[in-house]
Amino acid sequence: MTALDLPATVPVLGVRNLSVSYNDVHALDDVTMSLGAGRICGLIGVNGSGKSTLFKALMGLVVPRDGSVELFGMSSASARKQGLVAYMPQAEEVDWTFPVSVSDVVAMGLYGRLGAARRLRAADRAAVDDALERVGLSELRKRQIGQLSGGQRKRVFIARSIAQDARLLLLDEPFAGVDRASERTMTALLKALRDEGRSVLVSTHDLAGVPELCDEAVLLHRRVLAQGDPFQVLTHGNLALAFGPAPAAPAAPPAPSVATVGSTAAPAAAPAAPPAAPNGES
Amino acid sequence: MDVLTFLLEPLQYGFLTRALAVTVAAAVVAAVLSCWLILMGWSLMGDAVSHAVLPGVALAYILGIPFSIGAFVFGAGAVALIGIVRSTTKLKADTVIGVVFTALFATGLAIVSATPSQIDLMHILFGNVLGVSTGEVWQVLVLGALTLAILLFKRRDLTLLAFDRTHAHVIGLNTRMLSALLLGLLALTVVVGLQAVGIILVVAMLITPGATAFLLSRSFDRMLVIAVVLTVAASVAGIYASYYLDISTGAAVVLCQALVFTAVYLFARPDGVLWQARRRRAASRSGSGSTIARSAAGVPPTPTPPTQMPPTDLPAADGPTAGAAAAPPSASRTPDAALPGEA
Repeated sequence: MTALDLPATVPVLGVRNLSVSYNDVHALDDVTMSLGAGRICGLIGVNGSGKSTLFKALMGLVVPRDGSVELFGMSSASARKQGLVAYMPQAEEVDWTFPVSVSDVVAMGLYGRLGAARRLRAADRAAVDDALERVGLSELRKRQIGQLSGGQRKRVFIARSIAQDARLLLLDEPFAGVDRASERTMTALLKALRDEGRSVLVSTHDLAGVPELCDEAVLLHRRVLAQGDPFQVLTHGNLALAFGPAPAAPAAPPAPSVATVGSTAAPAAAPAAPPAAPNGES
Repeated sequence: MDVLTFLLEPLQYGFLTRALAVTVAAAVVAAVLSCWLILMGWSLMGDAVSHAVLPGVALAYILGIPFSIGAFVFGAGAVALIGIVRSTTKLKADTVIGVVFTALFATGLAIVSATPSQIDLMHILFGNVLGVSTGEVWQVLVLGALTLAILLFKRRDLTLLAFDRTHAHVIGLNTRMLSALLLGLLALTVVVGLQAVGIILVVAMLITPGATAFLLSRSFDRMLVIAVVLTVAASVAGIYASYYLDISTGAAVVLCQALVFTAVYLFARPDGVLWQARRRRAASRSGSGSTIARSAAGVPPTPTPPTQMPPTDLPAADGPTAGAAAAPPSASRTPDAALPGEA
């Protein structure tokens, strides 16, 4: 485990007044958030609320209209060059028919610090073995990735970020298509990584696991609706703002009047079951 | 006629040995490249580049310079042009590719038709492998070796690029450079291949071997080896078929590759369609859907092809998670995921 020579006061992730537009559509509007070392943050919102766009901005894949992104007190590009950032794609973004094995994918975490031909030395192979061991996939290392279950597939990518020794893990919808048992395994794994001083940003629109997993939460709907302690963020009023009532015009930010309507209409729903959330997605 | 005579008789002719050397060399390079091309979703790009080199070849003949220089300039130019149009309009990639390469191909035809005496269009379009000179053989061998060496040296980066471009970007690799490298090597491969089978049929060499090997492989290195072995076999068989049946060499080689693909498609175990049909029949005879029962019990359906999402975890998910699993990937998948135009 390499210690990082960065002052503890520098946030792992610092986003200031970030706005991102695709042509005329405002995907993110004036988002400000930060994350310290050794913290797990849940990024909560419906599909289309800007979670993926925020991830892309953090990774330098979209150009902000306004505002700034800093990772470990430096530019996103510098942090990426140093291998500090890891990303777990959504299941739909991965070609599961691709002819790579579990250990091939985990080894890809090391490429940033290998020679030009990316040949693995003994120490690198050991790093791959260790990462596979930690996520419990040693037995399945030779499997083609499409031959894994949903939960195992997610763990391959967590192992990749362990092999990479990344300090900030960006996980895009890690619990989608994963059963409860796998979700518990992953939660324990992520907490262990956090306890080593790594930071994790988890996007999700499934609220059930958030208080169990996350140290803090950010509720996003193009703007930051609430952030802080997960229990305070996930109040009925806030959830109504983010998830329901089903938006009539998904492309527009919620009108101010929705707040009052939503906060009185929503209390019937339990916090663990957002009202009609996945149905109103854009 | 015994087997030895059958095999050796064509080799008495110098033009046939040269044809064999050129065809096998071009086929090997194209087969290796095709493995990445089909995984990147760039098959159409191979089609485009091979057609777009026509004006380059025609101009090279007119100016008296090596055809490979003209072809490479126009191949790379087509790639750049596609990238520019793609990034400055909202058109989809296949549309842009279609517009650009047909325009360049037509330009080539216009040039050829304006200078009819100097160029044999049929030779450019369909290859003239029986007429290659020793100098051209060397040109193909050197360019082929260079392309192959670069491809194999950078093979892990190229595989990462094809598998997970975002991860490549996040760990600090230059994904634009890698895309540009692959496209440059594509242009080189087209230059190498068009001598053997011509502009039209080089497309087959760039797609079919990778497609065949993909059906047989679960690891990338194995896919490379299978693609090369099958394409060499098809090339040699094609040359002999061309000699004994007196048919076009390029056509014979491509037909042999297509036959290999067909055989794999039908008969390969366990994923060939005949085996699939057999399993389905066996399943329906042995009572209703044993695989469904296995899935519901949480057993990973290991014997089935890896093309489907194993349903193992899905039935257990409930509420919002189930909705999430079924939901489309929202705006997160950038339309340029499979886009050569970025380079």
